[in-house]
Formats: sequence, structure tokens, C-alpha cells
Amino acid sequence: MIELEGLTKRYGEKTAVDDLTFTVRPGIVTGFLGPNGAGKSTTMRMMLGLDRPTSGDVRIDGRHYDRLKDPLTAIGALLDAKAMHGGRTAYNHLLCLAQSNGIPRRRVDEVLDTVGLTAVARKKAKGFSLGMGQRLGIAGALLGDPRILMFDEPVNGLDPEGIHWIRNLMKSLAGQGRTVFVSSHLMSEMALTADHLVVIGQGRLLADTSMPDFIARNSRGYVRVRTPQREAFLDALRAAGMAVAEVDGGALEVDGVPAERIGDLAAQHRVTLHELSPQQASLEEAFMQLTAESVEYHAHGAAPSDRRDGTDRPAAPPGARAGDGWGAGWEGK
Amino acid sequence: MTAIQVIRSEWTKIRSVASTVWTLSLAVVVTIALGMLISALSRHDFDSMTPQDRLTFDPTFISFAGMSLGQLAMIVFGVLVVSNEYSSGMIRTSLAAVPQRGTFLASKLAVATALALVVGMATSFAAFFLGQAMLGPHRASLGDPGVLRAVFGGGLYMTLIAVFSMGVATMLRSPMLSLGILMPFFFLISNILGNVSATKKIGRFLPDQAGSKIMQVVSRPDDSTPYGPWGGLGIMVLWVLAALLGGYLLLRRRDA
Repeated sequence: MIELEGLTKRYGEKTAVDDLTFTVRPGIVTGFLGPNGAGKSTTMRMMLGLDRPTSGDVRIDGRHYDRLKDPLTAIGALLDAKAMHGGRTAYNHLLCLAQSNGIPRRRVDEVLDTVGLTAVARKKAKGFSLGMGQRLGIAGALLGDPRILMFDEPVNGLDPEGIHWIRNLMKSLAGQGRTVFVSSHLMSEMALTADHLVVIGQGRLLADTSMPDFIARNSRGYVRVRTPQREAFLDALRAAGMAVAEVDGGALEVDGVPAERIGDLAAQHRVTLHELSPQQASLEEAFMQLTAESVEYHAHGAAPSDRRDGTDRPAAPPGARAGDGWGAGWEGK
Repeated sequence: MTAIQVIRSEWTKIRSVASTVWTLSLAVVVTIALGMLISALSRHDFDSMTPQDRLTFDPTFISFAGMSLGQLAMIVFGVLVVSNEYSSGMIRTSLAAVPQRGTFLASKLAVATALALVVGMATSFAAFFLGQAMLGPHRASLGDPGVLRAVFGGGLYMTLIAVFSMGVATMLRSPMLSLGILMPFFFLISNILGNVSATKKIGRFLPDQAGSKIMQVVSRPDDSTPYGPWGGLGIMVLWVLAALLGGYLLLRRRDA
């Protein structure tokens, strides 16, 4: 279990992590989601005692990181694939980590086997591809057989087979009752692995919710309707008490009603339909909307340089408003 | 977590990178070879020296002539041992494994210092014996007064230069910045300050000039240095302790 309480990190004027409070629980995969520059890595570095919080607190199983005896046996972390000396062999890299925490030498061979690097154990790390470096970093995290595992963007640089492997690894680690905390900037990746979701933007907590809840609240279903008799059908839909939105291009979007009922209604009123298609808003859209709002919200108070990570993000769809729908309830959790 | 575990880990680290081997080998080879060369040249020069120069002829010190260059390799060793962690990003992995930063730094320095001491002592004794062999009839013997102290001190000097560099590299983190300051300082600036009469009084309190006093057996009659061989080494030790303390204080507070 990892507990964060009011965790804050400021670099001069810039607030990288802003008053984060949440708990990472054992037995599930908790996804840590946010756009690049949202403060994910800074938060993780503070969890490991590498960076000093400006204020607030992080506890690993109730203790501060530097109070852990042999920390690698309590929490294993993959921070970035390049956090190793390129001139050292994979075996020696893991050996020096094992020795510092009193971990038996045979574990080095075991984890090399687990990540599939046995064949290159005596090769220098600088010759490794990004994916191999990532696997070596994961081997380091698994070395002490810890109860808590933390991965910062673990699928970066992995090929599809490697991505599949890491997904299954995380699920099986959580299945063994371990705490698994994994960061990503890709919602689609999280949707496949995480059971619980913590979303941050601009260092602030935006959501702390279970994955099924997030999906239920965010994958808004609606039916798109096109008809030459637009005005007449609009009246009919409203008369039937359905929520209709007129969108650009002359289509109508009907919320929360199955396509069958709309089709029946059209038949009753003898309306010709050119399109009747159920639509699903993607989780990726929901996530971008969520974080785009956090950028917009902050733009008034923050320095311009804070926004550089927001420029390539699509603008929120017209009509999107904070507080709509699912977002209303997360603060209480 | 015990210090023994961390020391064992640091030993694995230091023996598993190539830079350890080549920097230390270079220090040994350069110090001995250059010392032998200068000793051989001095033997030929001896006959044409003035009586004054013959009186202050210091065969022990001459055999250590290679140290002015060999110490640069020791500086590179000291800098790389520490800054490798930073330039590679390994520091984050290391500090996650050993969050007690004082233990981490002390273990790293203990291992690197021990290794530098072994290599430094071996180099100093080898440079002395091979240098004396080159000097032929003008050679000194280990039993002569002050000679054993000088040879032993030569090993300590090489070690302290390396440890001083470790302290500076802990403060500066970047290998290029550390080497960019230390190399010209010890190779040029210190020599200039020590030989220009206006700055001589300050120059002799610099770590290398104070420390190298211990390798002298015969001092010049006009020598006005206000400290003896061990006093000089003491001044150098103070410099080293200051560098280490600065490094520790910065490491303790800094984000990794």
C-alpha cells in the first residue's frame, strides 16, 4: 500500500505536483494517468525518496521510504530504462543492486530468466535496445520479490509481444496480492490493464475512480440520426421525451435511448431515415477532455511555459463543460 | 541494510566498469615510466651540475617526477567513480536501493579510496625503486633518513588526489565540469601560482603543493615553507575533508 497525503512539489514558481492525496491499494493494478508533463514521474520519484516533497507526505506500507530496511524487498520500481550504467553487464547491474539489499545472488539469474534476458546477461547494457533496457529495468524491480511494484511508462519502446508480456505480468503480480502502480499517458493502455485509475493533470488530482466506474461514466452512448424531415422528427423525439442535440452537418444525436425505439418512432411518424447508428465516445476522448479542461482551468493562473504540453492536445468538443456527468462525484472518494 | 552490503555492492560496481581499469593502469604506467625517464636524464646531468645543485640533489623526489602527470589519471579515476552515477542516470536506481545517502556515499568512497590506496602505494614504491635504479650511483636507499616517509607519502598523495576529486565530483555531478576544473587546476594553475613570487605564499597552501612536500627528502636552503612534510599532508587532508563534506551536504539535500 502506498499512501500520499497532500503531496506537493514546487520548482521555484512552477508547481509540478499540487496537493495530491490518494491511496494505492494491494491486489489490483492502479493506473496513473496524465498527459506528458502532468507530474507523474515527479510524483513517483517522491514516492521513492529521490525527490524531496515541498510539503506533504508519502508512506510505503506505513513508513517513509528511507526508513525501509532493504527497500528493494518492499518496493520495486522501474523509473526509466536508462537509469543504469551502459558499460556494466546486465548481470553485474542486477548483482550490485542485489548485494546492496542483501538479496541472494540466485535471484539475479531468476529475474533475468523472468524477463527473458538470460542470453544477454553478460552483455553490456549500452548495446541494448530500448525494449531490452526496459526489460532489464523491470528485472531490477522484481529482484527483491517486493510486495509493491511501480512502473513508469513500462510499455515505452516495447514491441507488441513485449507489451502483451508486460500487461500479463502486471495482472499476475496484482493477482498474487501485490500492489501494482503503473503510469501511462495512454488511456487505451490503461483500459486494458488497470483496475483502478488515478488521473492527474498539471500536477492536480482529476480523478480517483475504479476502471468500470470510469468506463460507465465516460463511454457516453448515443444514437446518430439523419433524416430529410429533420424538423418534424425533432418535434416527435422531443414529444417522446428524448434528449436530442442538433449537431453540425444536420445530424441529430439522441442520448440514452436504444436505436430500436428511435427506429420505431420514425416508423410511427412515417419519417424517412438516412442514418440510424449507435455511437460510443471513446475513453481516449473522455481522458483528453478531462485533462484538456485542467489545462484550460490552469491557464489563467499559471505561467505560459506551463502550457507547452497542452498545445498539441485537441480542444475540448463544443459544449463540453466541467462538472458534466461522471466527474461530479470523484472528489468524495 | 548494513554498510557491509552496500560496500559489497559498490565493489561490484567499481570492478565492473572499464574506466576503473584504464584510469588506474594509466596512473601506474605514466607515473613510473615518466619517473624512470627523468631519473635517467638526471643521472647524466649530475656531472654538469653546480656544487649548489648537487647539494640539494634529491634522488627520491626525482623518481616521483612522473606524478605530476600520473596524478591526472588519478583525478580522472576519482571523478568517474562518482560522476558515472550521474551521467548514466544510475544514481536514481542506486539511491532507490540505498536511500540512506550518507551510507551510500561513505561506502562508495571507502571502496574507491581503498582501491586508490593500494594502487597508489604500489605505484609509489615501484616508481621509487625503478627510478633509483635509473639514477645509478646517485641513488637513495629506502633506509636513508626520510626516504621511507617520502615513498609512503607518495602513495598517500596519489590516494588523496583521487579522493579530493571524488568530493569535487560529488558536488558538481557532471564529469565534464569536474574534469574541466580539476585538470587545468592541478596541471597548470597550481604550478603557476606556486612559482610566481607574488602568489607563492598562497600557492603553497593548495592541496597538491602542500601534499607533495611529503615526497621531498632534501629541502633547498632557501626554503621558507612554513610547514613540514606531515604538516603539508595535513593541509591536503583538510582540503579533501572540505570537498567531501561539501559533497555530502549537497547530496543529502539534493533531488536525485
